[in-house]
Amino acid sequence: MIRIEQATKRYGQTCVVDGVTLTLPAGGVTSIIGPNGAGKSTLLAMICRLLGMDGGAISVGGLDVTKTPGDVLARRLSILRQDNSLTARLTVRDLVAFGRYPHSKGRLTGDDARLIEEALAYLDLKPLADRFLDELSGGQRQRAFVAMVLCQDTEYMMFDEPLNNLDIKHAVTMMRLLRRAADELGKTVVVVLHDINFASCHSDRIVAMQDGRVLCQGTPQEIVRPDILEAIYGTSFVVQEIGGKRIATYFE
Amino acid sequence: MQHDGRRDSRALRTLVLTGGLAALAYILFMTLGAKGNWSFVLPFRATKLAAMLLVAYSIAVSTVLFQTITNNRILTPSIMGFDALYVLIQTCLVFALGAGTVSALDPRAMFVFECTIMILFSCLLYRWLFSSGPRSLHLLMLVGVIFGVFFRSVSGFLQRVIDPNEFIVLQDRLFASFNGVDPSLLGISAVLVAAASLVALRIFHRFDVMALGRDTAIGLGIDHRRTTLAILVIVAVLVSVSTALVGPVTFFGLLVASLAYQILPTSRHRLVLPVAVFIATATLVGGQLVLERIFAFDTALGIIIEFAGGLVFLILLVRGALR
Repeated sequence: MIRIEQATKRYGQTCVVDGVTLTLPAGGVTSIIGPNGAGKSTLLAMICRLLGMDGGAISVGGLDVTKTPGDVLARRLSILRQDNSLTARLTVRDLVAFGRYPHSKGRLTGDDARLIEEALAYLDLKPLADRFLDELSGGQRQRAFVAMVLCQDTEYMMFDEPLNNLDIKHAVTMMRLLRRAADELGKTVVVVLHDINFASCHSDRIVAMQDGRVLCQGTPQEIVRPDILEAIYGTSFVVQEIGGKRIATYFE
Repeated sequence: MQHDGRRDSRALRTLVLTGGLAALAYILFMTLGAKGNWSFVLPFRATKLAAMLLVAYSIAVSTVLFQTITNNRILTPSIMGFDALYVLIQTCLVFALGAGTVSALDPRAMFVFECTIMILFSCLLYRWLFSSGPRSLHLLMLVGVIFGVFFRSVSGFLQRVIDPNEFIVLQDRLFASFNGVDPSLLGISAVLVAAASLVALRIFHRFDVMALGRDTAIGLGIDHRRTTLAILVIVAVLVSVSTALVGPVTFFGLLVASLAYQILPTSRHRLVLPVAVFIATATLVGGQLVLERIFAFDTALGIIIEFAGGLVFLILLVRGALR
């Protein structure tokens, strides 16, 4: 369970995350949606202790993220950030192997090697495993980073816009993968998404943020509705039910 | 897997090759053109060689580690003004205490004292730059350049207002060449370098993870603040040693670190660090050898290194801007 109490982040006078109180139960896929600048990524970064808080408390699986040692947390919680640029020259397999660092501290065991190959296979990266990251396209690199997070094999997995740079096929594969991680492996997955239809089709819960606050939360059935989406994004929506899933269009 | 194996063997070949080159340079330096009594020649040259090895090692390791924590391949401790800081500390000491007092003090005690101040200062100055999230390379460069100019200007000012006799003493301390290395400093330098290396060895496995950037490193469970600080302390000690022994060399570190990254097919520290050290020692010892024995003049090595290093720096900057 992720428990967030009055989490606040300020940059000067502007409050980016404004006293958010939120409880995310263990298991399942939770999507965080909202317009640009709503504080989604900031909140995620604070949950993952990448960013200090100006107030409030956050605990993940009962561990206070500001007080628990980093290596303990790294075995419970993993994160994929939005922009992943590297100065180091690494192959895909090298990068994925770093996912085992919290467990093996750089000395890879046979078990680690197996998990690395599994993660590579999961993300369709086997043919690219020995290529250097700087020789890959943005989407391929993105998948390599996701494989690393997968390889970390933690109970809680956070993704900040994992669909960035991905083509349609890989975006769908990615969301299915997150779904499988939650369903088959019992992981707790939290994703920041921009595409509300992906959120609608693949998540158990949607948390909508606006101006640093949680506007509303609920199942896709409860959130993906024209009036609510309009309140979140400030533009008009048409919502249709297709094959039991709610699909929102907003192109007109 | 096969591909991986080939890459490993290429890396290993590079390591052996640079190691061999370096060893060859040491041997030639010790033996080439030796006339007269070996019992005089060998210790005389060994002192010089030891100084060069210490300096080359310190510069190579400090540059690679500094680039690891700053996550770029252009900044080096010297470009960020680390060695200018050392010069400033020296100048302030002579200015405050007077050359007489400074000269009377045990040089080893002085050295340790200077190192301590250096560590404190550098931690204060650079901690806020690197520990609180990513900052733009341009900001870092600018801050570094401004710090460097500031330290140099203050030193320059103090050097102008002190007594000319004291200035001579100071200059002598600052611009020691390989021919005028104080043997009493060699021992303490070696001890400090060994201590810094031991600390580095203990946290060695973190270096590769640190190179992935702050967020990823934290995500993988590294205590980023403490590791950055530890590496900064190591860098401060190494820079103090190299600057104390031969004075500031701005671009040498950049030169050897870039070369090591260029010729290696991987950026694992396990390989980059030794290769950088081999390149540094081979360049320094080999360069000194060529200048002393072949061209028979020995003051220009610094200039040549700076010239080549400056060119590499410009190329890196331009290429970085294009990318």
